[in-house]
Amino acid sequence: MSAREPRRPGLDRWRRDGWLAAHKWLILRRLAQAGFLAVFLTGPLWGFWITKGSLAASLTFDVLPLTDPLMAVQALLAGHVLEVSGLVGAGLVIAAYALIGGRAFCGWVCPVNVITDFAAWLRTRLGLKEAYPLDRRLRLAILAGLLVGSAVTGTIVWEFVNPVTMLHRGLVYGSLFSAGAALWISIAVLLLDVGVASRAWCGHLCPVGAFYALIGAKGLVRVSAVNRDACDNCMDCFTVCPERQVITPALRGAKNKVGPLILSRDCSNCGRCIDVCAKDVFIFTTRFHDGAGMAAQSPRDGVLQGEKML
Amino acid sequence: MERRQSPPINRRALLSGAFRAACGAGLVAALLAVPARQRAQAVPLRPPGAIDDADFLSACVRCGLCVRDCPYDTLKLAESGDGQPVGTPFFTARTVPCEMCEDIPCVVACPTGALDKTLTDINQAHMGIAVLVGQETCLNFLGLRCDVCYRVCPRIDVAITLERHHNERTGKHALFIPTVHTDKCTGCGKCEKACVLDEAAIKVLPPALAVGVLGAHYRLGWEEKDKAGKSLIDGIIDLPDRMPEAPATMPAPERLPGGGFKEFKP
Ligand code: SF4
Ligand code: SF4
Ligand code: SF4
Ligand code: SF4
Ligand code: SF4
Repeated sequence: MSAREPRRPGLDRWRRDGWLAAHKWLILRRLAQAGFLAVFLTGPLWGFWITKGSLAASLTFDVLPLTDPLMAVQALLAGHVLEVSGLVGAGLVIAAYALIGGRAFCGWVCPVNVITDFAAWLRTRLGLKEAYPLDRRLRLAILAGLLVGSAVTGTIVWEFVNPVTMLHRGLVYGSLFSAGAALWISIAVLLLDVGVASRAWCGHLCPVGAFYALIGAKGLVRVSAVNRDACDNCMDCFTVCPERQVITPALRGAKNKVGPLILSRDCSNCGRCIDVCAKDVFIFTTRFHDGAGMAAQSPRDGVLQGEKML
Repeated sequence: MERRQSPPINRRALLSGAFRAACGAGLVAALLAVPARQRAQAVPLRPPGAIDDADFLSACVRCGLCVRDCPYDTLKLAESGDGQPVGTPFFTARTVPCEMCEDIPCVVACPTGALDKTLTDINQAHMGIAVLVGQETCLNFLGLRCDVCYRVCPRIDVAITLERHHNERTGKHALFIPTVHTDKCTGCGKCEKACVLDEAAIKVLPPALAVGVLGAHYRLGWEEKDKAGKSLIDGIIDLPDRMPEAPATMPAPERLPGGGFKEFKP
């Protein structure tokens, strides 16, 4: 039964280039997530205020307002026009993510991502198979539902369940540590992703991520499977990708004359595929440049063939 | 890669099925834990300038900027069980009342208008209204001169006054009854915070709970008379006086010819 030991994605890359290289983007993302949290915490902890508020709406250095755009839209639908600073904040956030593109919020800012990534890691280690395949369009249905719900009830309805703002508030205002709603909602998300369906929350249900996907659909930063000819079908990238369906068209598109850019709006620009690929297939680039010129990095896979685990 | 001939239900499938079921059950339990924390508590009050409760949840994004800018740590974001939707700002008068800052920083900080920026004079705030509910325990009602709630009121003699009443118990003293004037009280909660009793006799309630509302068709005769400069009706309608009638079952005692009553024995 020892052959049941699940394959660990990224091991080949790790063996070849070391742990740091095989986790580069993951580490950078965790640092970014920690940083976005830290700016809210320096004030309450040490009295040095960088950013006040929470992910719902914030004020940085007393000048820069930022507002969760989905929240602003819900308020508008509920019949309330935010103050100018709130509207400006929402506009800035929309502009930033529309420019950067992808679900950069999901990959680099959202605190829930840490939980759902952990759940996915656990599933891989435990070798759990896909149990209940959910439809990834469910999140769009939920998004539509909450927009209609806001208009009908005249309230910002998603805030009654939103794990993103609840967890962030729980961390920033401390209620996570007093067994508040933030703790229970986070546990619920974790159990959902570990036990019920793989990548259930962020990959199928969360309307916040779906909304950011729509905003960033035409954004600049993209991952490109530029060295796709070198791919040896180890499937590591598919295992780590929270939105595995976005990889296929780019990675396997050569025969259909589809370019190597991952253009799906659902890609969270997390870069995990770049980390784990031992064939250096993926790079970060922009929508206007599929990276073809950069493809010439020496493919070092000759050494690797002998080391294959299988 | 190893390929095994295995029966459709093997130990591993059973285990992972049980694992999934356990996770599912845990998920439901975690979700139920949120409402399970609801409990009866002090009445939560909204920050100054909060728009109507019906509209508040269409505006407040639960960011906590008002909380951060309150210099007295009065405001908190609600947790499950605090009696307000999770994440919305509130305060509890008996714990930390509102100090009625002149520049109202909480309102200034709000990016959504859930706290109305047209409120610029904190004396016009209506966070709640103080009501002296403990009329059997309030020391002033008992005839003493505690007066603490009255003394601490930032709007002393405007929002709260001491009204003199006759002390029926002793027959010769006065009661000084703390009396709140609803249109002037800001609901800051300093009186509730300061009440010397173990459980405050004066409590600040949300305006909707604290005041009665007259039907729209009610007119106060004396005010109408003042406005019109004369009585609105001509003359006084003299209604017939109704005297108490002797009950039918008890006939009036019969008078005797020499005076006195028939059944009366001196
Ligand atoms: S999908 Fe939702 S919960 Fe997941 S990372 Fe994106 S915003 Fe956060
Ligand atoms: S008026 Fe001052 S004390 Fe009262 S809630 Fe606002 S900031 Fe706090
Ligand atoms: S600042 Fe305004 S939007 Fe933010 S929590 Fe306070 S009342 Fe709500
Ligand atoms: S709540 Fe009490 S202290 Fe505050 S204004 Fe009203 S009567 Fe005065
Ligand atoms: S402080 Fe309390 S006990 Fe004293 S007069 Fe006011 S309500 Fe009564």
